[in-house]
Amino acid sequence: MRKLFSGLNQIAAGLGIALSVAATPAVATDLTFFYPVAVGGPVTKIVDDMAAAFEKEHPGIRVKPVYSGSYQDTITKVLTASKGGDAPHVSVLLSTDMYTLIDEDAIVPFDELARSDEDRAWMQGFFPGFMKNSQTGGKTWGIPFQRSTVVMYWNKDLFKAAGLDPERPPQTWQELVDYGRKLTQRDASGKVTTWGVQVPSSGFPYWLFQTFTTQAGVELMNTAGTETYFDKPEVIEALQYWVDLSRKHGVHPQGVVEWGTTPKDFFERKAAIIYTTTGNLTNIRNNAGFDFGVAMLPAGKQRGTPTGGGNFHVFKRATAEEREAAMKFVKWMTAPQRAAEWAIATGYVAVSPAAWETDTMKKYVADFPAPTVARDQLQYAVAELSTHENQRVTKALNDGLQAALTGTKTPAQAMQDAQREAERILRPYR
Amino acid sequence: MTAHPLGNGGRLAAIHGWLLLLPAAVLLAAFTHYPAVATFWHSLFTTPRGNRPARFIGADHYRDLLADPIFWTALQNNLVFAAGTILPSIALAMAMALWVNARIAGRGLLRLAYFTPTVLPMIAVANIWLFFYTPDYGLFDQLRGLFGLPAVNWLGSGDTALGAVIVVTVWKEAGFFMIFYLAALQQIPPELGEAAQLEGASRWQRFWRVTFPLLMPTTLFVLINATINAFRLVDHLFVLTRGGPDNATSLLLYYIYEVGFKFWDQGYAAALTMVLLSLLATVALLKFFWLERKVHYQ
Repeated sequence: MRKLFSGLNQIAAGLGIALSVAATPAVATDLTFFYPVAVGGPVTKIVDDMAAAFEKEHPGIRVKPVYSGSYQDTITKVLTASKGGDAPHVSVLLSTDMYTLIDEDAIVPFDELARSDEDRAWMQGFFPGFMKNSQTGGKTWGIPFQRSTVVMYWNKDLFKAAGLDPERPPQTWQELVDYGRKLTQRDASGKVTTWGVQVPSSGFPYWLFQTFTTQAGVELMNTAGTETYFDKPEVIEALQYWVDLSRKHGVHPQGVVEWGTTPKDFFERKAAIIYTTTGNLTNIRNNAGFDFGVAMLPAGKQRGTPTGGGNFHVFKRATAEEREAAMKFVKWMTAPQRAAEWAIATGYVAVSPAAWETDTMKKYVADFPAPTVARDQLQYAVAELSTHENQRVTKALNDGLQAALTGTKTPAQAMQDAQREAERILRPYR
Repeated sequence: MTAHPLGNGGRLAAIHGWLLLLPAAVLLAAFTHYPAVATFWHSLFTTPRGNRPARFIGADHYRDLLADPIFWTALQNNLVFAAGTILPSIALAMAMALWVNARIAGRGLLRLAYFTPTVLPMIAVANIWLFFYTPDYGLFDQLRGLFGLPAVNWLGSGDTALGAVIVVTVWKEAGFFMIFYLAALQQIPPELGEAAQLEGASRWQRFWRVTFPLLMPTTLFVLINATINAFRLVDHLFVLTRGGPDNATSLLLYYIYEVGFKFWDQGYAAALTMVLLSLLATVALLKFFWLERKVHYQ
């Protein structure tokens, strides 16, 4: 295992050297920018074009965008490079990796980079919902870039066929069950051909689960990232609701539902209502062969969703000059006009209210109002689950959720076990 | 200076011998012994973080390990996985080898077909099987659909996920082991079989009393390989299940990967690695001191 670690470190360091050798001229400030791709579409081309446009406006700075795989690949690469002393200057990483990056002493807070009042005003300009995963301990560590929320998509044709108003999605948990009963269809042998509702639970079930807990009026962790509340009664009640959708009401498939095939189930009319990221909007718009709607998630005690997606981070190893250049780059990339164009091209939520006020965005939503759902839902949004040792704590919760969904544990048992595990992991950070 | 028992010439010969061994010894030390010792050493420390240096904690990681339910699940899964893959893949390999060793039409093609899983990259294989297992769309559910049976979430249910992974592994391994059996079968002198036939032995008796014992050294070799593979196969898990649902398919090596590269807890990963290492060392010892003497038919 050690052998493997040091081998990977060397490869990563080697790559780093190759990169820095390739970028030689001494006059310009060179920035290496790692970014992951997590939605469909020509994202690498869009990012390359943006970097080129930035260089044109800032002749002294050269940006080298490096596509670095999934979010998980990117954090692994960045941390490996960081340990080898060769971190990138700027990177987009999951907002939930904030505590990990702080613990590794890898990033600088933007408060240290902001020099002018204008800089500070820019930092205030983002939706507060997105800043919840960017700030801790009174500092801002990440700047929102490719951010999302969970939304509900529904098939208007299937609503009509089931005798429901195709323009009115379910508004509450109870309605979701009632609608689900009408929408779930079985063939002569009793085999389900269309499920009423489908909420994916592979890969990162905690994210979808957080929609239910937020609606139940409870948060999963504190803002310092040192405590979790997985065994609170409201959390267990939220999980019970999710489990009941399949086991009691029979309107949702049993076991673990694949994240990747859920949009396809929707296109194929195998699911009438699905929960998925707003980042899938462009994909669904291009592939659904029927009239569909996008809505806020049904409310329990209240409405709610976690935010999701990636933030910009600036790395510590950069020199003062490079940090300044990195700050300019991040500021430019998240300026209202760019944020609007980026949101339209990808389906992510435009990150600042100002972006929604641009002509580009106004024209886009006048024709296709679905993206505004995610924006309006932001007022009910909470921070995505993020703590110290984030991946590990998240796994504890994910395991518990899957255990309950597959029926190996009761919701109460599953959440108590997850909480015990999280307590053990987080104890050293208190 | 003490005299060498073989005199000066003997001393030179010894030095000569050691020099010849040196390159191999250096490689062995650098890539096998040093990493093993270093892993053990690292398992006694906490993992250094950017703002916290490594600290000596002695056997704490091993105590954590005893209290870690996921470790026990992974270990138990791994034992089930080993039991489910080793014997079936060997039996299947032997049956296939016997079949394609006989004089049948299209024998070359059949051998090729059996060997195909081995030459395919594991990730590609896993992707094909992922499609087979997909609820509703997958091959298995399409077939079940023909008989009006409901869809089964093979990889998404704790009851079937590990079994599904085992099936993929047996399919993958059997073709590879078949090659060894085929080679061994062709080494057996045909006179032995013919002699048995003259004595009036049935087909089963000829297999059980003549062929099978003569295949024992090969079986031992394949058995060791299958055992090691059972603790080493991990790539298809990345595609098929990522260890889920709820760790139902998490195997030791996969858990080590998670702890080491997803959680960056290299100290704990080192402790887990030591467990894996001792498991494999036990297998090796069993082979050399016990099985080896039992199987050679002389």
